[in-house]
Amino acid sequence: MAEIKVNPNRMELRKLKDRLSTARRGHKLLKDKRDELMRQFLDIVRENKALRESVEARLAEVHRSFTVAAAVSSPRMLEEALMLPKKEVALQTGSRSIMSVAVPVFKFDIVGSDSSDGYNYGFAFTSGELDSALASLSELLPDLIRLAETEKTAQLLADEIEKTRRRVNALEYTMIPSLEEAIKRISMKLSENERANTTRLMKVKDMMLQRAILERHGAESEA
Amino acid sequence: MYKIGVIGDKDSVLGFMAVGFTVFVADDAAAAASALRSAARDEYAVIFITEPAAKLIPDEIARYRSTPLPAVIVIPSKAGSEGLGMTSIKKSVERAIGADILFKESN
Repeated sequence: MAEIKVNPNRMELRKLKDRLSTARRGHKLLKDKRDELMRQFLDIVRENKALRESVEARLAEVHRSFTVAAAVSSPRMLEEALMLPKKEVALQTGSRSIMSVAVPVFKFDIVGSDSSDGYNYGFAFTSGELDSALASLSELLPDLIRLAETEKTAQLLADEIEKTRRRVNALEYTMIPSLEEAIKRISMKLSENERANTTRLMKVKDMMLQRAILERHGAESEA
Repeated sequence: MYKIGVIGDKDSVLGFMAVGFTVFVADDAAAAASALRSAARDEYAVIFITEPAAKLIPDEIARYRSTPLPAVIVIPSKAGSEGLGMTSIKKSVERAIGADILFKESN
């Protein structure tokens, strides 16, 4: 443990005691922060897990339909059909604060979806599988974005929790013990000085008494 | 106004083009890394990346873990899920709590 080296006097003792009480208060606050972050994090990460499971399953479905669509039409045709999207996803980002961690909030608008049916190709040269694949992909869109939001939030919270945990541990296992140690050392040194002073005074008093007795003896024998 | 990007092999990402995402086709690590980097520099708030592509550039992705934007999210490719996305959630849990308490029963 790192030792705090200071002069053993009352001034330094006072300062160290102040630092110790600040450290204790900080430790308590950080611990509360960590606990609350952890609670929020667990909620979010559970949602994240559930969302990911459903999104992955449904995305696999979409991929399957696409594979079929690709099989029944030529790759060039498929690419041409998809190349020029009729709609565009416009994402708005905001941020909200969870225990003063800024996490993103995504809101999205689909621009151009109101014009006709949203399919950006003619039906003459493409297969029906492509239509259904795109339809289910569009349905998946809100969940995909929600997944992005929760996953990012979980990552950011995990980061903050790790940092807070490090701080709590540093205070608990390094800072506070070494302050306590230094305070103990100084107060022991001070009381040791006190005792040394008392014994010295007693010794001096003894010597003075001795001298006084000797002087009186001398005076009496002279007389 | 932000955009959404998708990085991955052509077959897996082509469909996203039609729903209005911006598609970056990347078949190797260099292409994926440069796509990710340019997308992160531009106004992309969410970047989806397929698992095979994500596997090639784990360090690049780790770089965006602690920044508020962009959110780099792993999605399964056409070949199916390899569990990389779940691993990333698991990693978050392990970092935050120090032990994996959510996935214990599933493994």
